[in-house]
Amino acid sequence: MKTNAAPYVSTTNACKLCKPLGACLAFRGIEGAVPYLHGSQGCATYMRRYIISHFREPMDIASSSLGEKHAVYGGGPNLKLGIRNVMTKYRAGLIGIATTCLTETIGDDVPGIVAEFKREFSDLLNQHGDPEIVTVATPSYSGSHMEGFHAAVKASVKQLAQAGPKHQGVGLFPGFVSPADIRYLKEVLDDFGISATILPDISLTLDGPALDEYEKVPRGGTPVEEIKSLGGAKAAIEFGRTLSKNVTAGGLLEEEYDVPLHSLGTPIGLRESDCFFSVLEEISGRAIPERHALERGRLIDSFVDGHKYVAGKRAVVYGEADLVVGLTSFLAEIGIKPVLCATGSRTGRFEQSIHAVLDEFDIELPVIRDGMDFYEIAEEAEELHPDLLVGNSKGYHLARRWNVPLIRVGFPIHDRFGGHRTLHVGYRGAQSIFDSVVNALIERKQEQSPVGYTYI
Amino acid sequence: MKTAVFDERKGQIHRKGEQPFQMTCDKDSLAGAVSQRACVFCGSRVVLYPIADALHLVHGPIGCAAYTWDIRGALSSGPALHRLSFSTDLQEQDVIFGGEQKLERALLELIERHDPKAAFVYSTCIVGIIGDDLEAVCKRVSKETGIPVLPVQSEGFKGNKRAGYNAACKAMFSLMGTGDTSEISRLSVNILGDFNLAGEIWIIREYFERMGLQVVANITGDGRVADIRRAHGAGLNVVQCSGSTMDLAHMMNEAYGTPFMRVSYFGVEDMAESLYKVARFFLELDPEILDRTKALVKEELDRMYPELLRYRRDLEGKKAAIYVGGAFKAFSLVKAFRIIGMDVVLVGSQTGTEEDYRELSEITDEGTIIVDDSNPLELSAFLQEKDVDIFVGGVKERPIAFKLGVGFCDHNHERKEALEGFVGMVNFAREVHASVTSPVWRFVPRKAGKRELLRNADRRGGQAK
Repeated sequence: MKTNAAPYVSTTNACKLCKPLGACLAFRGIEGAVPYLHGSQGCATYMRRYIISHFREPMDIASSSLGEKHAVYGGGPNLKLGIRNVMTKYRAGLIGIATTCLTETIGDDVPGIVAEFKREFSDLLNQHGDPEIVTVATPSYSGSHMEGFHAAVKASVKQLAQAGPKHQGVGLFPGFVSPADIRYLKEVLDDFGISATILPDISLTLDGPALDEYEKVPRGGTPVEEIKSLGGAKAAIEFGRTLSKNVTAGGLLEEEYDVPLHSLGTPIGLRESDCFFSVLEEISGRAIPERHALERGRLIDSFVDGHKYVAGKRAVVYGEADLVVGLTSFLAEIGIKPVLCATGSRTGRFEQSIHAVLDEFDIELPVIRDGMDFYEIAEEAEELHPDLLVGNSKGYHLARRWNVPLIRVGFPIHDRFGGHRTLHVGYRGAQSIFDSVVNALIERKQEQSPVGYTYI
Repeated sequence: MKTAVFDERKGQIHRKGEQPFQMTCDKDSLAGAVSQRACVFCGSRVVLYPIADALHLVHGPIGCAAYTWDIRGALSSGPALHRLSFSTDLQEQDVIFGGEQKLERALLELIERHDPKAAFVYSTCIVGIIGDDLEAVCKRVSKETGIPVLPVQSEGFKGNKRAGYNAACKAMFSLMGTGDTSEISRLSVNILGDFNLAGEIWIIREYFERMGLQVVANITGDGRVADIRRAHGAGLNVVQCSGSTMDLAHMMNEAYGTPFMRVSYFGVEDMAESLYKVARFFLELDPEILDRTKALVKEELDRMYPELLRYRRDLEGKKAAIYVGGAFKAFSLVKAFRIIGMDVVLVGSQTGTEEDYRELSEITDEGTIIVDDSNPLELSAFLQEKDVDIFVGGVKERPIAFKLGVGFCDHNHERKEALEGFVGMVNFAREVHASVTSPVWRFVPRKAGKRELLRNADRRGGQAK
């Protein structure tokens, strides 16, 4: 089995986004935060547009709006001016500054410039409640949006967390999941009686209520004080089998503050959710609360009820590495054959993670590819004759070409409504995706039937 | 409410009637102000993108290509190469050692795979910094493959969107003069500055054809390289989105003597006047063209007016806000709203000139806010202050309206409804009507208020007073 994609030089229809976008999303999940891109104006505008199309929520990203002279003489002055403006107008509690390919290449020393800013404007800072400023290097020519996302989460913990008194709180780093997923995770943690700091928490900041006043900074998000106290946490949980500890916030807490870390797969499907729940049992010392035990039982019951509709179907799965690993695990356990697992980024641990979640099944291994674009996915998948696709909206044209259903999960969902309310994780998420898969296959069967049955 | 405005931006906001007209504009966006503007690359990309049989390769890191993948609703009647997103996806190694080799190999690979009629290569911020010689690479590949390979100098930081428009025009202009013009009638036009969103250019082409004119090249909606190569043979350039393609009209005028005129296809008045202007231009060559045009306009108006009047009955006196990319579109929108009985209380653009804003000030009512290069804080404050019923903008403006419980109409490049021509005016009115009269607004906090909700709850509980 080959693990490297075909050696094309060009990219056609990328299956990934750029690094600063991930950082902006992560910063959006911190209370009072304004994401800020140090670069030219277009980056912020393009990313805002892309994110707004999925979440259908305001997404203000400030920019240092660099022009030609800044590219030559350095972007420092504009970076400072921008920070001042964001402080005074947005009353930000935290400004999350991510670099772009431009400012990385001209070599702006962002932490240095921020330190200068703090010295020069200490009065102003005090007057505005001394907002935190977190910086992260996110050159778009190295890594994808997911690397940017994790880098921003890690930078926030690194720059804010302190060694403090030990407490009973737990840090949860869920990766890039949906607002609905975060709401669900909170409910689960609550039911176990665990007091948790979820970072980032986009459950309200990117899925808020209708308002009569425009909120400069949307309410919700992880409180900065809680991030500061993570150094004394009882434990940390981190989702993402493809992540290596040296790039994550959980790894940092373990290394620097001896916080015990539970590294888990993103809990998609039954078994990965079981792992998550058993960690919660261990941390809380409580058995799984009955409502979740019942949800698990109903999920298995539905797997049985629906197994014949899905048996032996062939699926192509694509998207962010950890999402693909979770979905692959889930598809295998309901009896669907993942035939191609593809991701746009190169994480180095993608293949072994897929193997790990398929290990217990006696099935033919799928084609596993990282560094893929949609041209390459199409080329590989064409031969594999999939019955369905599972991934984000950007695979729609392939689903259309092959006339197979596309189960929309992850990000971005630009061609359906409510993508950000999609539940992926836990028993409830598995139930929701399972129902979607079964119904999509039933619908296809009806469409292709010359008669059209109402009992199926 | 005025706290939403940055001190540095006060000169970019004018309230008609409060003081004599004075407006600062055409300056770089303020750092930290969350401008709705994009960049130079965006300007080039949106103008050239609809040329459907050309290869559009973005030389840069992945984001620039990913965020512009099939972003517009620009339709093609044939090839659809423009809907794919090509990138060199520059990596750290390329940044250190230079990306020219990767670019050359990517071009050769893609040209072989897709057999395009030409290739446009867009430079991005980083290419400007690392100094790749785009021109040299394009020249080499052009020689090797035999198709025009055109560099588009669109480094994101080198100015604003207008600079990108200019780079796009230069690239297109270099194609011209290379095609055969022998079959072109003197009664002919090029359509400039229309991007065939939702098939709009087909509406406009049909009008011109009914008037008896030959359309030589669509620039750039449903565009073809071969048409652009012979576009210099046309009798007149009709320029709609003047911001984006006026430069090209000037270049063609200078080099080939092609006359040009500015038009707009939005709204009833501007659409009709644009057709008459074109007809008057050709009157000497074809004395009956004006009569044919009048008949066309009458026929279209007869068909659309009853429906328009029905919408007007419900919309009379409601308030509209406009924030769009180019100011010229804003003029037409102000007039279009007047036709359906609505008052424009806010109008702004990303890139208007002082002259544009002066004209807006002249055609709007007292108290109207006119704004240049705005941002979410200001726009949301203005929407609330004016208690607006509908906001016209693009995807980035949409959540500002919806979050506050204000109707919205997408008049940007991502829409899938044709809004040009007489039929487009009806579509526009229908969409505005559908949003403004929706029952959902009665539930949003702006309108409902908590008290009313409680009152309703009481009533349901049987305790109505």
